[in-house]
Amino acid sequence: MTHTPVERPQDPTLTARMSEAAAGAWDALRRNPTMLFGLSVLVVMAVLAFGAPLFGLPEPMRQNPINRLQDPSAAHWFGTDMYGRDLLSRVLHGGQISLVVGLSVAALATSLGLAIGLVAGFSRRVDAVVMRFMDALMSIPSILLAIALVSLWGSSVTNVIIALTIPEVPRVVRLVRSVVLMLRDQTFVQAAIACGTSTPRILVRHIMPNTFPPLIVQATYICAQAVIFEAYLSFVGAGTPPEIPSWGNIMAEGRMFFFQNFGIIMYPGIFLAITVFAINTFGDGLRDSLDPRMKRRF
Amino acid sequence: MSAPILEVENLTKHFPLHGGLLQREVGRVHAVDGVSFTLARGETLGLVGESGCGKSTTGKAILKLTDPTSGTIRLKGVDITHLSRAQMFPHRRVMQVIFQDPYASLNQRMRVKDIVAEPLGNYEPDSSRAERLEKIAALFDRVGLRRDALNRFPHEFSGGQRQRLGIARALAVNPEVIIADEPVSALDVSVQAQVVNLMMDLQAEFELSYLFIAHDLAVVQHISHRIGVMYLGRLVELAPKRELFRNPQHPYTEALLDSVPVPDPRRRRKRAVLRGDVPSPINPPKGCHFNTRCPLAFDRCFHEAPPLREVAPGHMAACHLR
Amino acid sequence: MTLSPPAVPDTDPVLQVDDLRTWFDTRDGVVKAVEGLSFDLRPGEILGVVGESGCGKSITSLSIMQLVPTPPGRYASGAIRFKGRDLLRLTPAEMRRIRGNEISMIFQDPMSSLNPVLTVGDQLTEAIVLHQGLDPRAATARAREMLDLVHIPEPERRLREYPHQLSGGMRQRVMIAMALSCNPQVLIADEPTTALDVTIQAQILGLMEEIREKLQTAIILITHDLGVVAEMADRVLVMYAGRKVEEADVVELFERPQHPYTRGLMRSVPRLGADGEGSATRLAEIPGIVPALTNLPAGCAFADRCAFVTDRCRAEYPPLVPRGPRHLAACWHSDTLPEWTA
Repeated sequence: MTHTPVERPQDPTLTARMSEAAAGAWDALRRNPTMLFGLSVLVVMAVLAFGAPLFGLPEPMRQNPINRLQDPSAAHWFGTDMYGRDLLSRVLHGGQISLVVGLSVAALATSLGLAIGLVAGFSRRVDAVVMRFMDALMSIPSILLAIALVSLWGSSVTNVIIALTIPEVPRVVRLVRSVVLMLRDQTFVQAAIACGTSTPRILVRHIMPNTFPPLIVQATYICAQAVIFEAYLSFVGAGTPPEIPSWGNIMAEGRMFFFQNFGIIMYPGIFLAITVFAINTFGDGLRDSLDPRMKRRF
Repeated sequence: MSAPILEVENLTKHFPLHGGLLQREVGRVHAVDGVSFTLARGETLGLVGESGCGKSTTGKAILKLTDPTSGTIRLKGVDITHLSRAQMFPHRRVMQVIFQDPYASLNQRMRVKDIVAEPLGNYEPDSSRAERLEKIAALFDRVGLRRDALNRFPHEFSGGQRQRLGIARALAVNPEVIIADEPVSALDVSVQAQVVNLMMDLQAEFELSYLFIAHDLAVVQHISHRIGVMYLGRLVELAPKRELFRNPQHPYTEALLDSVPVPDPRRRRKRAVLRGDVPSPINPPKGCHFNTRCPLAFDRCFHEAPPLREVAPGHMAACHLR
Repeated sequence: MTLSPPAVPDTDPVLQVDDLRTWFDTRDGVVKAVEGLSFDLRPGEILGVVGESGCGKSITSLSIMQLVPTPPGRYASGAIRFKGRDLLRLTPAEMRRIRGNEISMIFQDPMSSLNPVLTVGDQLTEAIVLHQGLDPRAATARAREMLDLVHIPEPERRLREYPHQLSGGMRQRVMIAMALSCNPQVLIADEPTTALDVTIQAQILGLMEEIREKLQTAIILITHDLGVVAEMADRVLVMYAGRKVEEADVVELFERPQHPYTRGLMRSVPRLGADGEGSATRLAEIPGIVPALTNLPAGCAFADRCAFVTDRCRAEYPPLVPRGPRHLAACWHSDTLPEWTA
């Protein structure tokens, strides 16, 4: 073999790689206005929810019975509820719960589903057992399963997150498994086997990264679904503890005062709809920009 | 002559077909049906045949990417036919592979230096990063790729360059045998010549043995020392290439040679030497598999399969008429 | 058109492509897939178009059929004259009447060009009913006749079968039958045998030749295989990076190639039976790779891979110049190239 002095090619450092990735992400956003729109709305939502304590609004829990059920005014933009609590403050704070639950459920469900799906897709023996269990889990309506679990464990944000995660896992497992089955016969996986790479390493290095694009898209839909389900669970009283202002809880309380102050139901409802819409828009955009067929288009 | 580096004996691969409500076996695809040959050190054995003749499955079975149904595969005298994936590990180092589609065989999400380094990482886990990088850079030089491309991704390379990457990966652990499954058929002719030349140079340099699987007779003829012709899962002729082209003994080989268009407009010939299609490998015809298309077929061909026999020194053919 | 003129070189062309430019607007710039292409096609003639991937041969055929997606594609200049009309100026409706009727096309992969859920008969008769206005009964009779023409045994049974029940060679025969069912004057065959095995390829090539003789159909045969061109074509057009670099009658081209690219192509193909001895010989290779179409040099696109390159080649694009009887080549150095030996 010829030996010329090696001018060592620079190994891109981590920061360089990250800035490369960031540039790629920005490029994708710029080309995909739908995704950019969804993301912007989400960012605004997050700032409103998590920045709420800084806006100098009245405490969301502070009761002020004299001012109960007021119409919107300069002091209370959205008016007040039956205990005279500032509705704007409550709705904004409620966003925290929704976003935390949505993101946590999405993160948990995808990582659990990814792990199970990878193993199921590669091992026939595990596959048979796991998939039957997943099928069984999927045959129970997810909202009923969640209500049952929260009733069993008692209502807390953590329990809501777990209860919403469990019914989502089988769907992720199915998705991951199908991608793995497709990838398993690809030539580059055969090439890895032929050059002596061990099975766990093949899973981690070759298979897993290729499951990410569909998984990330799926995660956005799970997130949107979880936001809705959290509100639903709270509304029927099987979700977040009633003292915490979550959109579901606010709406549940507002039921009784529907005719006195419609806003108690309307404002959280609007915020919920906008959030879900934004997440779904973001997800749709992401799906398009991650689709290799779209990339190859002129 | 030294002992062959690879011996294949009576290799058979059947794929069961399942159907019906209970997924019972309803038939079998006879992909490879009793194939035997040997490969000497430093030799190129070409394996030709039309689609569905089992040449690729033969390669996959030898590489143990699919489990053979029966038969024996010996690599450097060791029977590897029934080894588990873990037991295969030391043997894979001796025998590497080059695939047809240089795009599909490279993980698009990895940098090419990591792709080429993968076998090194498996077999020389103790070597330092710098050592490995040095080795990969040298490999890049050897297969004609630029060192400044080490950090790129596969999609930034042309088809021919990608095939060079595949070759570099196969060479990384100094193998002795390379199974090349249609290594140039996805490439443009001008690039095809580059890759064929590279493979021949590497063979001379490292005393590699190639099992060169392809459907293009002209390319196989160019690179091989001996050629085996397959038809519907069986080896119908095996001979030194000169013998095979000058004196084909099997009617199928003859037809195959006559069907290849010659790039010389003054040598246009009457075409369509063979009628009909290749029968399905699910229910191959009884007797000689070629009997449905053979112009010379007679009674015996329809109930008795001709064995592969030596018809001249070193020249094997499976035909009742020879 | 019942009386087709005989296939002699001097008949009026049935199809004339004149200075065609098919460009694609992409994020990376303008891809000049076809750049200033001109050629004539005469009745009963088989015109071979050779070149490697990305040379523009397939975009040429899609341009003639007006099947280039616009945008991103556009016809930047030129005319495609068919029976006195410029196809580039027809309305989509007018073009639909020509496409599949007077000009038809067959593709490399017959499976993906056939609808898997319709029978062979359904698909064959559809085109006949559409373009020739026959009633279904007559159309079926015509379909059977077409399957006979392409030598498909048991046509009655095949008409009722689905594409997946046919072999690859059989499907390509069906495609040819479909393409010929309306008696087209021009048949464009884009790599018609590339997906087929050699013994089947031989059958299909034989069939195409027979059809040309029987029906006087002019055929544009697009292929990367010089062997196929040598066996089939009357005239050959060599394309490189979107341009025609050489054109000549087939024997002339193979015996006196005047462009270094054509020569390189011919030398890099291993010849069957040419080399019976040990494998000591190396194939002649063309070094380097095809330049990116978004970033073509000002001069000759082949300059970087050419052994005869000079400064002039890099500065100016060589025009197509007569280099023999009915022979054009675009090279500044055709005069001084060494004597050709195959």
